[in-house]
Amino acid sequence: MTELGNHVVIAPILVPLLTGTLLVLLRGSATPLRRTISMLGIQLLLAASLWLLLQVANGDLLVYQLGSWAAPYGIVLVADRLSAAMVMVTSVLALFAMMHAIQGSDRRGRQYHVLFQFLLMGLNGAFLTGDLFNLFVFFEILLIASYGMLLHGGGAARSKAGLHYVVVNLVGSSLFLFAVGTLYGVLGTLNMADLALRIAALPPEEVGLVRAAALLLFVVFALKAALVPLHLWLPGAYSAAGPASVALFAIMTKVGGYSILRVYSLIFGAEAGPLANLVEPWLLVLGLLTIVVGTIGVLASRNLALLVAYLVVISSGSILTAFGLGSQAALSAGLYYSFQSALVTAALFMLTENVARTRGAFADQLRAGPMLPAANLLGGLFLVLALAVAGVPPLSGFIGKVLIIQASFDSQAMAWIMAILLSTSLLTLMALARAGSTLFFKTDTNAGAATLPDAANLVPVAAVAGISLLYVVYASPIYSYTEAAAAQLLSPADYIEAVLDGEILINGETTPHGVPPDSGRHD
Amino acid sequence: MEALIALSVGLLTACGIYLLLRGRTFPVVLGITLLSYAVNLFLFVMGRLSIGVPAILEPNRADYADPLPQALVLTAIVIGFGMTAFVVVLALRARADLGNDHVDGREP
Repeated sequence: MTELGNHVVIAPILVPLLTGTLLVLLRGSATPLRRTISMLGIQLLLAASLWLLLQVANGDLLVYQLGSWAAPYGIVLVADRLSAAMVMVTSVLALFAMMHAIQGSDRRGRQYHVLFQFLLMGLNGAFLTGDLFNLFVFFEILLIASYGMLLHGGGAARSKAGLHYVVVNLVGSSLFLFAVGTLYGVLGTLNMADLALRIAALPPEEVGLVRAAALLLFVVFALKAALVPLHLWLPGAYSAAGPASVALFAIMTKVGGYSILRVYSLIFGAEAGPLANLVEPWLLVLGLLTIVVGTIGVLASRNLALLVAYLVVISSGSILTAFGLGSQAALSAGLYYSFQSALVTAALFMLTENVARTRGAFADQLRAGPMLPAANLLGGLFLVLALAVAGVPPLSGFIGKVLIIQASFDSQAMAWIMAILLSTSLLTLMALARAGSTLFFKTDTNAGAATLPDAANLVPVAAVAGISLLYVVYASPIYSYTEAAAAQLLSPADYIEAVLDGEILINGETTPHGVPPDSGRHD
Repeated sequence: MEALIALSVGLLTACGIYLLLRGRTFPVVLGITLLSYAVNLFLFVMGRLSIGVPAILEPNRADYADPLPQALVLTAIVIGFGMTAFVVVLALRARADLGNDHVDGREP
């Protein structure tokens, strides 16, 4: 690998950081200039993500030591198949969200582009970092950017939803720090690979404390992933947020899912002794509950934005159910499902904005409104996306759900998973059909006239719908990639070896792979 | 000493959680602040309490103060400070937008 090639791991963090900083400096300049810079930054990020993806696709683990400080003392960034794919999905989503935002909704508040870039930086950092405290820092970066983006555009509804969202996440951050502090106090390290080694050799009297910390960490990640009963912040926040912001928010619940997968496969994986597979039983039950609660929300929603927000809850539940099964096939199915659901729900949020704009005062409320002049086009896009999200063949959600059900065949929970996934798919489909027919067919003659949708505004929605179709056509290569990513996750020894470079230097003597006798504890 | 610190962390956390569950934004902001104080103190003492020992390793020295929690707590303080400033501004904004300071946006 070339000298420059080594640095590709940090590029997905640096590119948005530099673009965002440039945009802060240019805050007084003309809108077209800022839009161009923001868009160029995202395209550069897309190129960097693709490069990273190609480098790790053969199974290599790229470890980047910040400041050349070797792990476990320095902070490392690690790119494996999973993190590179998450970065790639984020970049693709960012491209379409930005395409949507520059049609005008970025001008409803100040500094939209800056916040957008910093949100991307936080997301990519969270996907790439190999250090638990660093993960906390990137979480905070993405959260503070998301607070700003949620409030973008202002208004009473956003202030109220924003206050709830911010307070809930600040409490989550406090819990994260308590968990990190406990882990450091017991184990003396925060590097994930090093943590895994030390937990594997944990003395029995410390198990209780570490288990408490691990479950506290699970609460934090479950909050981000909107797992029942910690999902209550999501529908309010996502339905109140402006469309320009919420398209990118579709990936934010995936950060929680990703962190659960990373931490509980690497640190508390199969080799963690008494703490092995700590959260899997919880994940399965809570994931299924999340799907049920999300479906009830979808059925009860009175406007389209809220309905789509509950669809995000359902997809989060499905992904975590798959992760809860824990087998390679299940993880792979969960990953396949999560990539497509991020794209499809983002497209639905963007479509909601288009529909709301054409319906004037009726906005996205699910009641008979004015006759839409372009009902075929809007309704057609809605149909494709609704079928994809509900899981009707031949669209992408169908393959995702089939894979999850297939992976559950050798599990004891098979009956539950099949029953819940299939019945909720049907109910979701009914709710979406009802919403679609109300929006596009039912008209109220006294409702006034609707305006024509802006064709340029529909381009990103149509593009994502097209990608969702391509996702089915290329299902086989994508699935073999996610399968390889799942296999990599289930053999954490390679990750640990790559990060710690096989040897740890303690007191001048090398201890291969093992926990040093005096492991940094000095009480 | 350990008991005193543990008691302080516990008391701060308890007060923080009580205030967080109140219905007005001002107590909630205070609750978040107290909770972040508790976290900072907790993180700080996770390097263990030691008096009069250097924060560096030297040959023939068995005891040293762990400098890493101090670095961690510094980061946590800066982030917590920024977040508190943000939530105060947001609470004021919500008060202006909604006409009251109840967390649900309307008087019960």
